[in-house]
Amino acid sequence: MTQTSDRYSNRTYRRLKALKRIGLYAGVTLVLIYMLFPYYWAIISSTKTRESLYSFSLVPSLDFSNYISLFNNPIFMGAIVNSAIIAISSSVLSLVISLLAAYALGRLHFKLSRIILICVLMISVFPQVVVLSGMFEVIGWLGFYNRPAALIFSYLLLILPFTTWVLTSFIRDLPVELEEAALIDGCSRMRILTHVLLPLMGPAIASTGLLAFILAWNEFLFALTFILTDENRTVPVAIGLLTGSSRYEYPFGQIMAASVTVTLPLLILVLIFQRKIVAGLTSGAVKG
Amino acid sequence: MRNRETRTAWLFLLPLLVALAAVAVWPLVRNVYFSFTNAFLDNPSEYSFVGLQNFITVMEDPVFWGAVTNTMIFTLISVSFETVLGFGIALLLHRAFAGRGLVRAAILVPWAMPMVVSAKIWEWMLNDQFGLINKALIWLGFLDKGIAWTADSSLILGTVIFIDIWVTTPFMVLLILAGLQLIPEEIYEAAEVSGVPAWKRLWSITLPLAAPAIGVAVLFRTLDALRMFDLSYVIAANNEKAMTMSIYARDQLIGFQDLGVGSAASTWVFLIVGLIAILIVSLLRLDRSTA
Repeated sequence: MTQTSDRYSNRTYRRLKALKRIGLYAGVTLVLIYMLFPYYWAIISSTKTRESLYSFSLVPSLDFSNYISLFNNPIFMGAIVNSAIIAISSSVLSLVISLLAAYALGRLHFKLSRIILICVLMISVFPQVVVLSGMFEVIGWLGFYNRPAALIFSYLLLILPFTTWVLTSFIRDLPVELEEAALIDGCSRMRILTHVLLPLMGPAIASTGLLAFILAWNEFLFALTFILTDENRTVPVAIGLLTGSSRYEYPFGQIMAASVTVTLPLLILVLIFQRKIVAGLTSGAVKG
Repeated sequence: MRNRETRTAWLFLLPLLVALAAVAVWPLVRNVYFSFTNAFLDNPSEYSFVGLQNFITVMEDPVFWGAVTNTMIFTLISVSFETVLGFGIALLLHRAFAGRGLVRAAILVPWAMPMVVSAKIWEWMLNDQFGLINKALIWLGFLDKGIAWTADSSLILGTVIFIDIWVTTPFMVLLILAGLQLIPEEIYEAAEVSGVPAWKRLWSITLPLAAPAIGVAVLFRTLDALRMFDLSYVIAANNEKAMTMSIYARDQLIGFQDLGVGSAASTWVFLIVGLIAILIVSLLRLDRSTA
């Protein structure tokens, strides 16, 4: 666009362009305020206590007593550990299973591959509540009820379709030449996957894994249903159930501190992996 | 050779197929099966068949239809707003400006947070006495005293929609942006040289060419909105004015321990969502074949 407009050089045109530029930056600023301000407000509120919590100052008051009482809360700290164990286990398990599947779907030629991909996509969109009673029974049979294993198991439903879809499209984007050379040398398919493709897929796997982790970390319905006791709760449910001793003592400061604590690490990782995450999120939609 | 490749493919797929059978297909089949029984959650092994009774029970429950209506209103309004807002923001972020990569990353923040956290943050901002929004509205002179956005039954669904738009617009922006990036820049250059005005470029070039991406984004978001559970559950607790289909089904199943009726409600949800999915997909197909 700028290349063509260089040909025009009169003053009004340049002024119009400057005006457009200002409008663009104003728009972007508005979008940023809309998207980020609530989180900023949560950070500020988390560093305020009682009286100052109800003043509307936009700068943090740097009082960390909310955080200190949060870190001394065994249920909340336990929830963080539970969430981390569950999210990491289910993401790693999903990555391994879906990497194998993605290789078959992305590289090997066989009749039903397209149909399987569509089925996987359909599973990813159907409502969780539809499998709730059946899942309840399966978890009972496995003896997982009220254990982290219940969530590691059931989260496969959320994560597997997504990771399979994303990794398949990442594998399709890799050049075939390397693989063909290895195949001629007599490498097995498994060896090609682990020794040729895997080293090339580091960033793809990291970002897919991060998205899988976020899915598991944020999940609410299964965590609320399959976990019964406080010490086995995950973070979202623990925050959802965090209440004060009475309606009038709703611990907003502490809830904001909890909210910031469980999201800040995720947000930093998302910002670092931003490019790859966008590629992963949109790969299915654009090519599908 | 071909034969061997097929065998290898199935071998690689085996873990996925087993896992999906265990967490998706089998539970779904059992759910439909339980819909025809009078089983209870405390002892699911003892039951007898009751035919379509559970489906009728759910259909005759006005609370269920309330939940269906809420879900439909929620889906329709929030997805429409998200699409328009998402398209607008995507157009804006598609332009070249300093720090574009960082801005695109920053808008992911609402999307990457747990829904529960977003719900709590907005609950705090919308609090009737100490919330920032009420304070600002009073200061600007729009209100005399704070409104209880999350407690007032007539406002609660609107509040839930408002929060959902904030949470999921980033996702919409990303999908539409990806669509915009596929449009070759030359088309715009040609149009600009031929003196096609900006609004016309948007209407006759950008919109039709971005339509497939927008269509897919709308499909995904609609199906996601139809199964919404956590936001309403956290914000509205047991308020029937914001109860969604998922909350209703879970209430029957876990709250009342009624495995039969709960499963029947879930099966209804499945049928409704399936029908809407088929409808949207065929609409998209139709669109594509005529274009």
